Amino acid sequence: MITARSAGLVGCRSCGLVAPADQLTCARCGAPLQSRDDTSLQRVWAWWTVGLLAYIPANIYPMLLTTQVFRTKESTILEGVLDLMQHGDHLVAIIIFLASVFIPVAKFVTIAFLAATLARPHKRETHQLLRLYDIVEFIGRWSMIDVFVVAILSTLVQFGSLASINPGFAAVSFALSVIFTMLAAQSFDSRMIWDQLQDGPAR
Amino acid sequence: MVNTDNIRHTAWNECADLGDFGMSEAKQIIACPVCDTLYAIDDEIAAVPTNCRRCGHRLTYGERAAIAGVVGMAFASATLMLVALFVPFLELSNGGRTISTSLVHVVAGFSRGIMVPLGFAVLGFIILLPLLRFLLLIFSLGPVAFHKSALPGAAIALRIAIALKPWAMAEVFMVGVAVALVKLSDLAFTDVGVGFWILAVAVLITAYQETFMCRHTLWTELNRAQQ
Ligand SMILES: [Zn+2]
Ligand SMILES: [Zn+2]
Repeated sequence: MITARSAGLVGCRSCGLVAPADQLTCARCGAPLQSRDDTSLQRVWAWWTVGLLAYIPANIYPMLLTTQVFRTKESTILEGVLDLMQHGDHLVAIIIFLASVFIPVAKFVTIAFLAATLARPHKRETHQLLRLYDIVEFIGRWSMIDVFVVAILSTLVQFGSLASINPGFAAVSFALSVIFTMLAAQSFDSRMIWDQLQDGPAR
Repeated sequence: MVNTDNIRHTAWNECADLGDFGMSEAKQIIACPVCDTLYAIDDEIAAVPTNCRRCGHRLTYGERAAIAGVVGMAFASATLMLVALFVPFLELSNGGRTISTSLVHVVAGFSRGIMVPLGFAVLGFIILLPLLRFLLLIFSLGPVAFHKSALPGAAIALRIAIALKPWAMAEVFMVGVAVALVKLSDLAFTDVGVGFWILAVAVLITAYQETFMCRHTLWTELNRAQQ
């Protein structure tokens, strides 16, 4: 396969159009052109780290403060899942567990794995690496479900007077964590998957 | 120079001759945005679905009428979303008292303390960014759909619209609403209002629109309209 770089050209990652290697912006869509994004991995690790830093308080502090008859109950993400489980809402409990616990943890592990793999020449299946990258990029936004749930609950229940629900500190730090890991995933330069491939399997 | 028969032949293989890249009307040389492999694509190839041979990335969707579809659906989604803001979104009844709240109401509820950043996030992700995205698509591709020349700034608008896609989260919000209703079920009787269904239709239209969003076609057509 001939790549744009090996032909002395640079491809626009926004619209695909090819330009001479020394051109700085795309003539068609105006995007900045860069044959390879050299700082890509540094930015991945930077966003990954702040994402992880925000994810820790998201699990320690309460996500939801429920006040009912002068008693305030605080619940973290995991306690919220367990509550739903005890309530018999198994499907919803599984959805929240996947969105708030499984997906974020799996994302941290996968992004770290990809960043570590692509830092040096590798012999892995490029298709598998690409699939991991695609999954991580696609799935990140779905982690926001619980933040939206908390937001809806806290405004809705203000209107009824029986109880009041307020978002805890974890809601904000969790939202930030999702945003940071989405930025980490977007910082990858997917072209590195093939650049770093050692002459092993043909594709 | 390469002759035209040759171009058609080499087009779907790797691009063999790079002597006159990008300059001719008939074919364009593009690099796969995912893996950087070069291809020469002409109108005939763009008319059928094609995938990158190395990484499988969908290079062309093969939709000739893509532009009108994308603009039409962006317009429909934006209109529905604006309507959904102001009609009852959720209904909450509690001992004979029924309160209905609109989406505007829901978001306006986040006006104090720790809810403020959360409110901005919700407002941005579910309303502002999706709406902005639709407006940018209409602005950049609307004139093209009507065979007029593109407006200045159309290219930047289209590029931003494409980049905003992962940040528009109306569909994630819909799942959040469903979960919230289940959680509320023992506190009060809750029901979804007409606004919920309008927003759901807008989300479905947007998902369908994605199947038309062939970047190659969009950029080729916009480029033609700019000249
Ligand atoms: Zn471009
Ligand atoms: Zn490719």
